Formats: sequence, C-alpha cells, structure tokens
Amino acid sequence: MPFRCSDVRAGEWIDRSRTLRFRFEGRVYKAHPGDTISSALLANGVSLLGRSFKYHRPRGVVSMANHDVNALFATGTDTNIRGDITPVEDGMELQPVNVRNGLEKDRDRYLDWFGRFMPVGFYYKAFHRPRFLFPFFERLIRQRAGLGRVDLRWPARRRPKRYGHCDVLVVGAGPAGMTAACDAARRGCEVILVDENPFPGGSLGYQWSGNADALQWRQRLLDELEAHPGITVMTSSVVLGYYDDHWLPVSTPDGIVKVRARGVVVAAGLIEQPAVFRNNDRPGVMMASAAQRLLEHFGVLPCKAAVVLAANPEAYAAARQLQASGVSIRGIAACGESGREGEDAAALASGGVPIWPATTINEVHGTNAVTGVSLIGTGSEVAAQERIDCDGIIVSTGWAPAAHLLYQAGGRLRYDDTLEMQVPSEWPDTVVPAGRLNGAFTLDQQREDALEAVRCLIAAMEGESEHEARSLFRDTVAHGAAWPVSRHPRGRNFVDFDEDLQLKDLEQAAREGFDNVELLKRYSTVGMGPSQGKHANVNAIRILARYMGQGMDATGTTTARPMYHPVRLEDLAGRRLRPTRLSPLHDHHRALSAEFMEAGEWLRVAHYSSQESPSAAIADEVRAVRRSLGLIDVSTLGKIEVVGPDAARLLEGSYTMRMGNLKAGMTRYGLIVDESGVIEDDGVVARLAEDRFYLSATSGHAAATYRMLQRHVLEWGLDVHVINRTGQLGAMNLAGPESRRVLERLVDIPLDEDAFPNLGARESRIDDIPVRLLRVGFVGELAYEIHAPVSAMGRIWDALMEAGASAGIRPFGVEAQRILRLEKGHIIVGQDTDGLTTPFNAGMPWAVHLKKPFFRGRPALAHLKGRESQKLVAFALPPDSPLPRECHLIIEEGDIAGRVTSVANSPTLGHPIGLAMVESGLAKREALLQIRIDGGQMVSARRMATPFYDPEGKRQVAGYPESREESHQ
Amino acid sequence: MRLQWGIDAMRIIDCPLIGPRPVAEFNYGGAVGEPPIVDPTPDQLAAQVFYRAGAPGLLREWWYHRPTGRWFVLERDTATDRVHRIVTPEEVAHAIPML
Repeated sequence: MPFRCSDVRAGEWIDRSRTLRFRFEGRVYKAHPGDTISSALLANGVSLLGRSFKYHRPRGVVSMANHDVNALFATGTDTNIRGDITPVEDGMELQPVNVRNGLEKDRDRYLDWFGRFMPVGFYYKAFHRPRFLFPFFERLIRQRAGLGRVDLRWPARRRPKRYGHCDVLVVGAGPAGMTAACDAARRGCEVILVDENPFPGGSLGYQWSGNADALQWRQRLLDELEAHPGITVMTSSVVLGYYDDHWLPVSTPDGIVKVRARGVVVAAGLIEQPAVFRNNDRPGVMMASAAQRLLEHFGVLPCKAAVVLAANPEAYAAARQLQASGVSIRGIAACGESGREGEDAAALASGGVPIWPATTINEVHGTNAVTGVSLIGTGSEVAAQERIDCDGIIVSTGWAPAAHLLYQAGGRLRYDDTLEMQVPSEWPDTVVPAGRLNGAFTLDQQREDALEAVRCLIAAMEGESEHEARSLFRDTVAHGAAWPVSRHPRGRNFVDFDEDLQLKDLEQAAREGFDNVELLKRYSTVGMGPSQGKHANVNAIRILARYMGQGMDATGTTTARPMYHPVRLEDLAGRRLRPTRLSPLHDHHRALSAEFMEAGEWLRVAHYSSQESPSAAIADEVRAVRRSLGLIDVSTLGKIEVVGPDAARLLEGSYTMRMGNLKAGMTRYGLIVDESGVIEDDGVVARLAEDRFYLSATSGHAAATYRMLQRHVLEWGLDVHVINRTGQLGAMNLAGPESRRVLERLVDIPLDEDAFPNLGARESRIDDIPVRLLRVGFVGELAYEIHAPVSAMGRIWDALMEAGASAGIRPFGVEAQRILRLEKGHIIVGQDTDGLTTPFNAGMPWAVHLKKPFFRGRPALAHLKGRESQKLVAFALPPDSPLPRECHLIIEEGDIAGRVTSVANSPTLGHPIGLAMVESGLAKREALLQIRIDGGQMVSARRMATPFYDPEGKRQVAGYPESREESHQ
Repeated sequence: MRLQWGIDAMRIIDCPLIGPRPVAEFNYGGAVGEPPIVDPTPDQLAAQVFYRAGAPGLLREWWYHRPTGRWFVLERDTATDRVHRIVTPEEVAHAIPML
C-alpha cells in the first residue's frame, strides 16, 4: 500500500506546512498544496484510481507523468481530469469516470471476464447480423463506450490567445534543456524555456537524488535561469505541436501562447515504456520513473515491498533510491543484461537483494492491488520461481523519445541497437534534439550534447549549415530490453492501457493481414486512445516486428500529430473575434426600434418594429413601398469606383454583359461569373464619364469583387485605378410611386423622365451635400438610390423622412426587400444560386453576351449554353396553403427533383410565391411542383412566370411605358 | 476566401517587397494561368478551368495581401514551400481580346 514518507525530500513540490481537504467518491482525504490528485490519493493509501476503458479493469498510477490515462477524474463541471498532473484543490469533489456504482464494485467489472468475446476488431466483425438488431447493439455500445460525461451546462470561459516571440525556444527544462537555455541566453539569444511540470529540473529532480554533483548542477542551472534577463521560463505548459516556420503553440495555464521562434531545441526527454506481462496493469505496477517522481516530488512511497523488473541502469538506481527511503526490495528480475554489473546493482546485491539474471515476470497476483508476483526465465515457458509476496512492482525496461516535435518538423528516428531505443537520425538545421531524447544519458553526455546542440543551432540560424558537423554524445550501454514482453497462456498482458489491447490482439490483427504498422494501428486502435500511443507504440512496433521477422526500422513508426496532449476547446477557441460592421445610419435605426440581423459582416435592419407581429410589420413595409413610399438603408452594398483609360476594358472583361457601350449617365445590371461560369456576384454598373464607372456589389461579396477587379487590372495589363469606396460612402434607396415627388423637393436637378430616365445616373446635391443618384429599383417601383458620404447620411435620411411624411413614408428592412424583389422575380446571389449555378440555370441568358470575344467565364458559358441540367423556376401556392421553407425539396415520382430557394407570402398578391431550382426536364414540363414541407406533408405549387408582379415593369417608369435604354436583349 | 478570417498565422511568406508577413494576412489566388483561348475545345476548356498541375516544383501564384490591399505574384517552390522571388505583374500580364 502506498504511503507518504515522513522524511522531507530535498526539492519536493509539496508544502507540508499546510493541509487541504478534498473528497473522492464521497470520502474525505487530506493533502498538501502541491499534490496532484494521484499523489494525494496514493499518500492516503488509495492505489485504485480508475477503471479501464474497455474491460473496466482496476487501474492505478503507471507513469505519474500524464503519459498514460489510467487515473481520470470528474468534478461536477469538468471531466476526464488527468490525476497525474492536475493539482488537488481544497474542497475538490472528485469522482472516477467510466464507473457505475463506485470504483471498487464497478458494475461493469464483469466485462473483464467477457474479454475473449471482444477480440480485436470486434466492432467491425460483430453486430452486423441480423441487421435489425444493430440499433439495439448500437444503443448499448454508445451507452457503455466513452469515458467521462460532459456537462452541457459548462460555463463558457473565453481565454484570449497570446503571442510569444523568441530566438530560441527550448522544449523541456531538464538537465539538457536548462543547459541549452542558459547557453543560448549567454550567447545573446532571447530564450523561452517550456516545461510541462510545475517546476524546472526534469530528471535532475527525481532520477539523480543521491548524486551530489547532480544536485549542485541543478541548483546552478536554476539560479542562472532565474537571473538571466533573456530567459522566459514557462512551467505547467506544453508545446502542443510544431508548425511551419517555427510556429509552436504553447498551452499554458492561462491559455495558448503562439510562439514564433527562430530556432528550437527539443530536449523533451524520454517517455518510460511499460513491460508486457500478465496483469501488468494492476494498481501497484508502475514505471521506475513514476515511483521516483512520487518519492522526490511528493514524498510518497509507492509500496512497502517491491519486486523490480530491470533492463537498464536506471532500474537499479531507482531500486536503491527506494530502498534508501524504506521500501523493502524483494528482488530484482533482470530481463536485460544492462546495469546488472553496475555500481548500484553491486550495492543492492551486497545488501542482500537477490538479482535473478535472465528472468522476467510471468504473472502479477492480486485483483484491485498487487499481492505478489511469479517470475519466469526469459527463455523458458515454465515458472522458474515460487510466488513472491509484494505490494508493488517497479518496472524499468525501456524508453521512447518524446520526439513528436522533431517528427512534425520533418525529422526522422531510427532504432539504435546499442541503446535499445529509438534515437533521432535526421532533423532540420534549426530544430535540433538534445539530451536523453538524443541518446545522451549521463550528466556529462547531456551537458555536452546540449552545448553542441546550441552551437549548431546558432550557426544554422546565422546561415551556416553545421548540421553535418554535429557531434553526438550517445551512451554506449543499453537502456532497455530488446523484447520486454512475456507471453502467458491466459493473456491479460497489456500493450495499450487506453484501449485494453493485449499481446494476442496485436498478433491476431497481424495474422488477419493488418501487418503494416499503420493498418495495425487503425484496425486494433493501438495508440489511438487519449494518450496517443505514448506508452504503447514502441511495444506495438516490437510485437509487429517480431511477428513479421523484421527489424524495428523496417517495421516503421506511426505519425505523431499535434496536439501532444489534449487541449481544452476553450483554449483553442480563444476570444470571439468577429467584428460586425455598422451602417452609418445604425443609430437612426435603433431610434426606430429596428430588429437587426447579421448579414455577412454587417448588422442590417431585418424590419422595424410595430405593435403587431414581425410578419405583420414586414407586410406593412411591403405595402407601403407598393402604395406610396419606403426608404431602405443599403449602405452595406459594395461601392467601387473604376477610373482610367482602360476602365471600360476592365469591366468588359469582368462582367458577362456589355459595358463598353453603356452611355455616360446610365446604369446597367451587371453579373459576374467565375472561370467555370458560376455566378459570383451581381450589382449595378453606372457610367459616370467615358473613363469613369461606379459600381455596386452585393454586401457579402464586395471585398472579393474589389479584389478580383484589382487582379484583373494586373493580369490584363490595364491602365486603370480601382477604388473601394464601400466604407466611405453610404447609400439608401427611396422606393415607391411617391419617390419622385418627394425627392424632387430636395435635389437641385430635374427628375422628370426626360431629364433623368429610368436606369439613369446623376450627380446632385441634397442640402448642399454632394450625392450620386441612381435610378434603379430592385424592388420594382419607381426608385432612386442615393449614395453620399457616410458623414452626411443621417442628415439625408432625416430630410427624406421629413419630406416624405405627408406621403406616408415608411422605412423598410431586409425582410421586406426580400419579398419585394421576389415579387419581381429578381434573384439573390447566394440564396437562389449556389456553387454550381450559371446564368443559364438562373434563367438569365439575357445577361450573357457571348458575342463579346472575351470575358471571365465566357469559354465555359459558351460551352454550357443549352446544356443546363437545372433551372430556376417560379411557383405560386393558394392563399390558404401551408408555407414551404427554403431548401424544402421538390419531389417527382418519389425522387428529389429540386429545392425551394426563396419563398414568401406575398402581401401584394395575397398568396405565397417562390423560386425553386429544379431539374430541367421538370422545368420544361410546366407541371405542378410537388413540394415536401415540414412533417413530410406534400403541397402542390402552380408554375408561374416571373415577374410575379408588374411583369412589364411599367411601375418603374412611372407613366413612360417606353424605356429605350436597357431592354436586356 | 472568407474562411481565412480568424485562422491562425502558421506560415510566414517572406515577400521580397513587403518583408516577412504571416500567411494569414494573405488570400491565396491560385496559380498564374495561361492566357485564355477564345474558342477552346472542350478538352482545352476543361484543362484551363479545372486542371491543376500538382507536381512539386516552381509555381507562380497570386497572393493578395489584405492589409496593404495588393496582389503579388510570387514564385514558390512547392516542394520546399519557399518563396523564391517576386514576379512583376508585367511578366504574367496578357492582353485580352476586346470587341
């Protein structure tokens, strides 16, 4: 049973002078500030910390370093909290995850006995037949699968992202990392040093506790880190990944810092790897480094009597360290030769600790805790030893480099047969490995390797490539076993603790043909759990390599993708950064109690409020425009001025219709398509002079249209300026039969049909403010669009409202405008069109002037003409019909034949009208459209011609039926 | 195009004219195309509109720098992802046929 030792450890992380209390499964425990959840529970003798994902096996501390996820906890609001690293807090209420009825008596623990019915890949194999039972199994599995439960009422926290800049980012504050950071800073570099632990020190803090030199060196390094102004130390922080050009997001306790560095030293150290033997997951079986971390950081001893499984010098050092602190070492099973002849082994042996050569663990006894162990010869299949009683198993049989960042930067690893470990073999000049991760194990090797890494890095940062000349300081003895795996007829020898994968599962997957490491991973899910293979991948590769009879390098590795550890979504989300643009008339709209809606980046008026319902208010606005007068703010329109000798040429090439023959003082509808002929944008083009055009673009596409025009200027070598005036000018549209009478009183030019015909463009003044008037009516009435500087928009609005009062002027919003334009059959790009809609699909062949030798999209449109597979058609419904909604489907003979793109109840016509994109076969037949609406009900819609309203457009010319300009032919 | 909003800067484009800027400030405009063919065959049309060369190598591409409101043509090695030089617009401009 683990316990807290009474001796204070030098450099321990806990503050024994203070005590805090927390609850786990309802019971109260004491801890000290600095304890993590796992260390606090172990200090209280609780070694059963969690249940495994699949078989609900009892689990405890394995790595004590967040390399495994056996100890996960939930509070009321948060779940899957990692016990190894999360500080315990006073008053914390903790529960285990993935457990029913408590950890000890978990109701799902029987699943362990059914394991043989859940072989590898059973998800793919089972539950297919009989098919009708699948929903039942699916529900069952979904209930059982997964870890903690998410609290959907979790209060959202916003954590802004920050930026960090440095010359050298050092990852890992162990001996090599601290040395590299200090050395780089001494050479004048700005350094950021990141470590996931709460304190710097790394392995110097737990692996070398008996070594006076090590402790002295550690203190010197810590002092220098503290004193040097060029070093920023970020603790409890994880470098999540490496992205191009040395961009490394660092997850800190206060959110993400996006660090841009010039060079990176990866000194992230090693991840200790478990050995594979029967019941290697019992609480009490842990890595030697985990026992050392518990002891030196938290003053917790993992057990009273331990058996050690050793394949490297670190194992013997750890055994001595534990023995010196009072743990009885019952014996050491040496499953590898390395370290057996060393100083630590000799000291243990002379103290009477038996060391059994060529021996490994056959089986661990005990259910919720270790009660004993049976050993076996590494070469034999029979138990060589009697059962040995103990309450802890300490394992040190191999390491894997935490080389994720090197991988992501383009580095490579190879398996080193001397070290029995993967080591970096290639890396970029400015992302360099150092320390144990690079095979430097002794303190001297680590120091030399770190200094060499910095030397080469700085040379590379200064443009000299010294990569070839890098000296290595790799150790010459093995630090792991070549085959830390022991077979057992009854299995339960786990390779992946996240996914409960045993030796036989991987071998079976290979036998079934998934014998490539990437296939093995996907089929068996090894390394795909929350710890992402940190403790599982190396052994899985070993097992596959042996099965295939090939080397480790030939077997390969899987890719280590970002993020290194899971990241909270709130950290990734950062701050909500979605600025909204406001019209210059926004305050006027607010004063009129407008309801606003988001339209792209803008806030626009949906409708103005009234005593009645929104739909009644919208209908009133529509009727006001049709009967007398309405005013709408259209400041969100893109407004672009094109000036220069090649102005007409630019627009001829950019729009589908002719623009070169547009007369000065006139406007024309303009349509823009992309290279494949798909509609991108539309608007109004006004010619102000021979070499000057003024054009509008849709609110959402203004920036892109401006960008496209700018590019065409360069692409086509034109002499023309394109000026984006969207933010500088506002606009409003005065629409309705009374519009001329009202506007006439305010402007200094005549508005009669001869002086200012339909589709004309004029410059004028209102109240001495220069305005540009365009006689265009999207809503299908006599209408004037008034463009003016944003600073004067309020005055003009007020003047129009005042002058229009006697005519019953009413401001109207986007909702009313949508109905008004639908009554006229005008499309909205992006609503009635999608990413495949050409002008032919949209029923606008009149807008495509194929006689022009060139415009953007012309070759595609010339090819597509007459081949359209879909067509936009208009429909109407009886007044009492239920109203379909946009995107409801058109059904023909049981199949989908189209969809509704726009639909509204027309206040003017008194019944619903709409547009639908349907298959051209159906479009030609003029048959009723069958629309499937909410609830599966079908309604029949009558086909109509557009415009629904005022088909001859008489209302726009106000008593002048013949408009010569613009007949769209 | 609008998807670029709010996406983190990951790469730096070392533009010879405006210096090193994060890629998030740019909109990608695609590779510089061939001058348009006035009446292409369907094959030529498909090649021009839809086909893109994917082989690694030097590629001339349009990049729009939003803060300065400028288009650039950059020559980028798609194998190493490095910008080699800025191409003057005159080098890639082609006259368009007019009525």
